[in-house]
Amino acid sequence: MTFKRYVEIGRVGLINYGKDYGKLVVIVDVIDQNRALVDSPDMVRSQINFKRLSLTDIKIDIKRVPKKKVLVAAMEAADVKGKWESSSWGRKLIVQKKRASLNDFDRFKLMLAKIKKAGVVRQELAKLKKEIPA
Amino acid sequence: MAPKQKTRNPELIPGVRKVSRSKMYHKRGLWAIKAKNGGKFPVHAKQEAAAVVEEKKPKFYPADDIKKPLSNKRKPKPTKLRASVTPGTVLIILTGRFKGKRVVFLKQLTSGLLLITGPYKVNGVPLRRVNQAYVIGTSTKVDISGVDVSKFDDKYFGKQVEKKKKKGETEFFEADKQEKNTLPAEKKDDQKAVDAPLLKALESVPDLKAYLGARFSLKAGMKPHELVF
Repeated sequence: MTFKRYVEIGRVGLINYGKDYGKLVVIVDVIDQNRALVDSPDMVRSQINFKRLSLTDIKIDIKRVPKKKVLVAAMEAADVKGKWESSSWGRKLIVQKKRASLNDFDRFKLMLAKIKKAGVVRQELAKLKKEIPA
Repeated sequence: MAPKQKTRNPELIPGVRKVSRSKMYHKRGLWAIKAKNGGKFPVHAKQEAAAVVEEKKPKFYPADDIKKPLSNKRKPKPTKLRASVTPGTVLIILTGRFKGKRVVFLKQLTSGLLLITGPYKVNGVPLRRVNQAYVIGTSTKVDISGVDVSKFDDKYFGKQVEKKKKKGETEFFEADKQEKNTLPAEKKDDQKAVDAPLLKALESVPDLKAYLGARFSLKAGMKPHELVF
């Protein structure tokens, strides 16, 4: 019931609404009760309401309002990208993006692969069922 | 755009120009031109007036003046092809007896319609014309370089005009039996000639033949406006 992810300097968040939807950002300063200053290597430092931010488990070690170069270096050192892409949340997002970008031919090939896999699974299951003494 | 022309005599206020008549004469260098030409301004030699050909007066004048319709010089162009539809693209047909079939686009005919083929062996779609509006262009492309489509045009697909025969009463019954619509052998050969290089190109990509043989349909959860084709 307690909170595990806190809003703090260095907390990595995911923007879940607005023009920068889907971007990973670092909280660089807290402005007031509702807003934070966030920054990311590929965007201009800006303020964002906490309602538009989803906190992640990742936290990096920075001082309040670091320079861009310092921020980028800290992100590299903590390997934010790697940690994110190996986390289950990050992996799910990658899969969603891949599914959305599938072309009609890709969807067809996916269907064939699913059928093949199901066939193999069913064969193994049949073998196992046979071994059970009837 | 041409570079802005310099005006020698700008209009200061409507009706009032900057430079006076005599000053303009000097500015234009008319004195220099006259001097070069020995005191007179150079003039082209007068041209002989072309001999006037006498038109014959018409014998008949209509009683009332008939209005002539305005001339229309418009030349219609074939429909603009969507960016996604290029020769060799796999298209999904949306209407008609082949709806849902995935076919290969060959070329656009002068009427604007698209020339497609199944290939026939793969999905039963022959060489056919299809309207661009009833087609989805996918991003899958087939190598079409080995196919020669130059001989196909709109006339090839037109209805064959039958010779009119005067029918008597008895001939009505016999005539119906003779009008069988069999495809002439020439068209079958054309189909084979177009499809042979295409089939080779299809074999090189795994699953592509099966893809073209299957029909497209919307399943649960598929949102057409979100699908990438």
